[in-house]
Amino acid sequence: MTMSSTQIWFLIGLIAIGTYLIRFSFFGLIGNRTFPAWVLRHLRYTPVAILPGLVAPLVLWPQATGGQPDAARLLAALVTIGLGTITRNILVSILGGAATLYTGLSVIG
Amino acid sequence: MSATTTKSVYRQGFRDGLPFLIVALPFGMLFGVVATEAGMTLAQTMGFSIAVIAGAAQFTALQLMQENAPVLIILATSLAVNLRMAMYSASLAPHLSNAPLWKRALAAYVLVDQVYAVSLARYDRPPELNTPQKYAYYFGVATPLVPMWYGATFLGARMGAGIPPEFALDFAVPITFLALVAPMLRTVAHLAAALTSVVLSLALAFLPLNLGLLIAALLAMVAGVQVELWMERKSK
Repeated sequence: MTMSSTQIWFLIGLIAIGTYLIRFSFFGLIGNRTFPAWVLRHLRYTPVAILPGLVAPLVLWPQATGGQPDAARLLAALVTIGLGTITRNILVSILGGAATLYTGLSVIG
Repeated sequence: MSATTTKSVYRQGFRDGLPFLIVALPFGMLFGVVATEAGMTLAQTMGFSIAVIAGAAQFTALQLMQENAPVLIILATSLAVNLRMAMYSASLAPHLSNAPLWKRALAAYVLVDQVYAVSLARYDRPPELNTPQKYAYYFGVATPLVPMWYGATFLGARMGAGIPPEFALDFAVPITFLALVAPMLRTVAHLAAALTSVVLSLALAFLPLNLGLLIAALLAMVAGVQVELWMERKSK
């Protein structure tokens, strides 16, 4: 990371203020005013719209291998998604993915 | 209001929040470890967890910081991850808005996924609570969770630098995010949003400033809503 300490603190401050304002938004309004339904509908999809896109390049082109696709990491990602979809348990999926990664790295790598 | 006192409602909220510690502990520790490994100081790592208390946004910012993305892009992307909280705020407001400013301000600070989900589920169930009781329940749920987030981050940050590269910590963030997202893929619409996000972010990876991810996310939200509307029309 090439950021200076001041830049890091600045960024943390901005994210904190922005996040707080998002959280406070409707608690701050008087009465029961709210967004139009179509906006709320879109907001529901924010986590599924961002996180997969953030992860996809990290899974396909990991920096640790110089951007080359890596069998152990791909397999670990698939196991994590599979476990998460079936069990709906975040912890089980993380542990299963990590176990697959370490097994894969020790067998293949 | 004889059977349910404010105190007993608080205790009930506390108990209902406890199961989520199992997730908050490793998730917070992981943030501490990864942030320290990325070169953040203990103070910065703790400052992040205390000021923001939003795991997914914190990991997002951290990832983009390591990719040397510009500050504005990091800010926009991590705040976009947190936009769902505007929806939480909107759906809790009818229950919590009739209270003094300090109470609403404090409630906003601890508005995390689990507090939202558990509290709203309780408000919709009988016996009905009055506003002070709703606050008592809400803060009850938050009481074990928030300090655990700080403590877990601290533990992770202290361990951080001591973890050798064989542990492939570079992959901790992808695995954590996939584990968070997978259970959300409940409907065809959610699946469509996730797939759009993946395909577009890969296709637009050539764009400078990590702009590809923001564009992909925006279009993925639209895709999710359009599929949802289409499914609704089809079922009628």
